[in-house]
Amino acid sequence: MPKSLFDKIWEAHVVKTAPGGLDIVYIDRHLIHEVTSPQAFDELEARNLPLFRPARILATADHNVPTRNQHLPIEEPLSRSQVDKLTVNCAKHGVELYGLGHARQGIVHVIGPELGLTLPGTTIVCGDSHTSTHGAFGAVAFGIGTSQVAQVMATQCLLLSRPQRMRISVDGALRPGVTAKDLILYVISQLGTGGATGYFVEYAGSAVRALSMEGRMTVCNMSIEMGARGGLIAPDETTFAYVKGRPYAPKEAAWDQAVAYWKTLFSDEETVFDAEHRFDAAAITPMITYGTNPGMGIALNGHIPSEVPASEVESFDKSLQYMGFQRGESLLGKEINYVFIGSCTNSRIEDLRAVAAYVQGKQKARHVEAIIVPGSKQVEQQAIAEGLDRILADAGFELREPGCSACLAMNEDKIPADAYCVATSNRNFEGRQGPGSRTLLASPLVAAITAVQGRIVDITQYLN
Amino acid sequence: MEKFQTLHSAAVPLPLENIDTDQIIPARFLKATTREGFGENLFRDWRYHTDGTPKPDFVLNDACYAGQILLAGKNFGCGSSREHAAWALYDAGFRVVISSYFADIFRGNALNTGLLPLQVTDAELARLFTLAERDGDTQFVVNLPEQTLHVPATGDSFHFDIDAYKKECLINGYDDIDYLVSQKPAIETYEQNRPWTWETKW
Repeated sequence: MPKSLFDKIWEAHVVKTAPGGLDIVYIDRHLIHEVTSPQAFDELEARNLPLFRPARILATADHNVPTRNQHLPIEEPLSRSQVDKLTVNCAKHGVELYGLGHARQGIVHVIGPELGLTLPGTTIVCGDSHTSTHGAFGAVAFGIGTSQVAQVMATQCLLLSRPQRMRISVDGALRPGVTAKDLILYVISQLGTGGATGYFVEYAGSAVRALSMEGRMTVCNMSIEMGARGGLIAPDETTFAYVKGRPYAPKEAAWDQAVAYWKTLFSDEETVFDAEHRFDAAAITPMITYGTNPGMGIALNGHIPSEVPASEVESFDKSLQYMGFQRGESLLGKEINYVFIGSCTNSRIEDLRAVAAYVQGKQKARHVEAIIVPGSKQVEQQAIAEGLDRILADAGFELREPGCSACLAMNEDKIPADAYCVATSNRNFEGRQGPGSRTLLASPLVAAITAVQGRIVDITQYLN
Repeated sequence: MEKFQTLHSAAVPLPLENIDTDQIIPARFLKATTREGFGENLFRDWRYHTDGTPKPDFVLNDACYAGQILLAGKNFGCGSSREHAAWALYDAGFRVVISSYFADIFRGNALNTGLLPLQVTDAELARLFTLAERDGDTQFVVNLPEQTLHVPATGDSFHFDIDAYKKECLINGYDDIDYLVSQKPAIETYEQNRPWTWETKW
């Protein structure tokens, strides 16, 4: 019987099926961070349970860390205590920690792949909904709650119902100025913010195959924004080339054995998916969101819808009122106050290169504050090695130190009330970037051009 | 986890769709390292002005509505995986959230917290909003063993579905972790029989 990529990986990880039909699924990699792990450590201690496989856990501090002066103690007492608690817990339980000051510290979904911990065919979980990022490598990766973090710590397993499978195919070539971020924002705008709830999504098609690993991570990262349990892409030569030689990747004979297995990880030709969507890459334009969920996206030179179904009117109008926009209006010409380039969606070296390539020799608009928060110390070091830091500084962009930063504004990086921020992150929810902040999601290229122009423009007229 | 069997309560209507976990509990309140105390910041930015004074038009500040049941528009709990969202609702006294659609991770987190995510159809939800908004004292009876939601005053009665295993857990106050720990021998056997080990160190 033909099997999907997802089913091949899932079935290889089922320890047994429990009475009642839920699967006990083995987890290969468990990533933890300071915000969603402390209560899980406490639960294990309260139950007097040891960590079952601490070598399969990797910790980092990212959500709650400052992006300036990381060599100094964290000023904010609650943030400091949460980060300190992670350090203490990891030391006590033998978990490897890539904390502040570590040469490989960074956003959990950036460092997993960088380290080669993220491998095709693995199961990966983290107490963070953007764990779907790792699906770019052909892994079954998804976000979990803190009770489940405790379950994985205690047993390296989760009790799960098998999700349905959806395939989203994008075929053809992306147009100039259209990136992986535009692709996924377009797909979410078509399916809606709950359009894939209950499904595990496989992204396929020639436009997806043509993406770099960074681009694939951007796509898989936002799977949760349409409600999907996760998203994944079959591994191929692009994947193998990225993984090879990374610190935790298999080596020598083990590498050959691994690649031979990984080459079997694809959906068989006759696989029937529970839901299937097809899109034409050429129909995708640079995108931007206008509302307060990631499904509220339009072409940059398009218009906010004039009509919505009756059941959605109240939520839709509340959203537009929050954003200060009108039905049917174009966003072109709107003045922007902040540009944030960062987050697990778009903070990798390729993103920084795209921004630097555009802003080289230009200057950001005077009224715009533009910050770039690299995804990891490795990205930061690479940017410096390539001279991107100087290009960005000369253009008036501030290059910070790594962390989740203004994506969720847990630290001090907040957008003020009523200010407009074009952000390369993944969520435009009310107050996400700070109480009253107004977020417009877009690609790094759109963000860079917006920072220079100071307002929303049709970027196709400004491409280098 | 506390046991849940039946609940008699009025309901608090919040007829908005796609209520995300950032609204339920904003990220800036996730710095605590225990499970308790999140209730005071539940729906923080809808409920309070920035100076901390209540916003009178928000339903939780409206004296006409109170109860242990939250009635919310479809796709409730989308966004972040923060279990703090379920903890905040529980801490604020809610034991049931009724919607026509729940985001996956929120649904799991709620069940692991002892908060029942009760899913009805869009039409049933519309009817429930009508009943709850018309009279804030309208009583609803949630019967988990029977999987029914009943409105004594009008005779309305609805059936709801729930995974049989999670139903047993809620009724008896069991956590998944109890079951998983009991399965450790099977897990160890699985580890030994894997075609290759997926070690983190090579």
